[in-house]
Amino acid sequence: MKPRGWKELNPGAVITEAGSARKFKTGSWRSFKPVWIEENCIQCMMCWIYCPDMAITAKDGKRGEFNYYFCKGCGICALECPGKKGKKAIVMEEEGQ
Amino acid sequence: MSASRVVAVTGNESVAEALRQVNPDVSAAYPITPATDIMQRFTHYVSNGKVKTEMILVESEHSAMSACIGASAAGGRVMTATSSQGLALMWEELFIASGYRLPIVMSLVNRALSAPINIHCDHSDGMGARDCGWIQLWSENAQEAYDNTIQAFRIAENMDIRLPAMVCMDGFIISHSIERMEYLDDDAVRNYVGDFKQLYPLLDIAHPVSYGPLILSDYYMEYKRAHAEVMSKVKHVVLDAASEFERISGRKYGLFEDYRLDDAEIGLVVLNSAAGTSKDVVDAFRDRGIKAGLLKPRLFRPFPYEEVGEALKHLKAVCVLDRADASGASYGPLFMEIASSVSPYSPRPVLLNKIYGLGGRDYLPGHAESVLSELAEVAATGKVRTFKEYIGVRE
Repeated sequence: MKPRGWKELNPGAVITEAGSARKFKTGSWRSFKPVWIEENCIQCMMCWIYCPDMAITAKDGKRGEFNYYFCKGCGICALECPGKKGKKAIVMEEEGQ
Repeated sequence: MSASRVVAVTGNESVAEALRQVNPDVSAAYPITPATDIMQRFTHYVSNGKVKTEMILVESEHSAMSACIGASAAGGRVMTATSSQGLALMWEELFIASGYRLPIVMSLVNRALSAPINIHCDHSDGMGARDCGWIQLWSENAQEAYDNTIQAFRIAENMDIRLPAMVCMDGFIISHSIERMEYLDDDAVRNYVGDFKQLYPLLDIAHPVSYGPLILSDYYMEYKRAHAEVMSKVKHVVLDAASEFERISGRKYGLFEDYRLDDAEIGLVVLNSAAGTSKDVVDAFRDRGIKAGLLKPRLFRPFPYEEVGEALKHLKAVCVLDRADASGASYGPLFMEIASSVSPYSPRPVLLNKIYGLGGRDYLPGHAESVLSELAEVAATGKVRTFKEYIGVRE
């Protein structure tokens, strides 16, 4: 999209489109990436509850893959993940490794 | 013209009356001398059911302005009042109110800033906030404070600009002195300000909006450029509001008052109450055959530099009287506006700057006489003793 000029802006920088934060690619801020290990996942959904963004997709009460468009790599999901028999279902890996 | 009531009231009383007549939706305020009296009177109106205003008593001016911002964004017509340190504590919020384009009206009762702590009049508070994106209207007396307060709502809420506005008057000299003035009818005021409609009300849940997004280097400058454009439209809105106000009140307002300036050779530029004293002295000089005049800015932000330059360009010598010093700057804040206003012209008047009246130091007719005599000398000889000095100060 072509960036708008100053004559095309809403007064006061007010955003009139509901839910437009979905378009904001916060995933570009990430330096560590959460990786989901499905075999260790007990589907407790703690990661989905704790995620401060919309980075964990869920359907029919079960989590799916990470949405890396939004995931900032904060690591809260990995910290909260209880895992299965002492094995984490989410681990953080450094980007670019 | 509507009927009016002649009253003897203080400046604060007149502003409180204007606010009662406007009957805003929300007010949030914190007391500070000498503005306290406005909100004290206004809260009586709230308690006695004279207005329908939701009054929010907060723990600081920072909170007062924050609450005003929230209430205005929500969709209400909002006002507050403050002075000095109170305005200073609102500092960061002032930019948010203007950046969000929220038409909050604030009465600023001018008082010196600490330290040393002082409760009396100077313009350091208003001048400190002159670049925060608000409209500033300055008032010579109680009548002007009342009239400007009413006009401020109409100006701020104009759909072409939507900007917050502060209305300044001199602390104690005007705020606490009783003068004869005229009140308009309640109906005339209410019809004049009309109904308020927020452009993007947060409480309109059928049309959800977000205020305060993060705007980084890709768009910040475009928003500032847009604000500059809006500022350039303000003077037209102010003149329209003045012309409509004249229709109901019979009182004429412009961007500034030019007093005996047309054929003047020497002149004073001065804000607020000191202009009243100075005009008497200008008359005395005229009686002696000396062509003196005066310019009193009313709209200080945005500063109507083209019109002011046009009004002053033919004078031989002008003294700008500043009731605040811009510490460490070349000259006082009002002087710098006047200097830039006349700078495109050649020839142009010789400009002098006097700093007077800080912390409530009296400005007396003798001060105006001595400055006008000095200007007459400069106009005759072209010789300047000093371009900038403090007057009314002990050596």
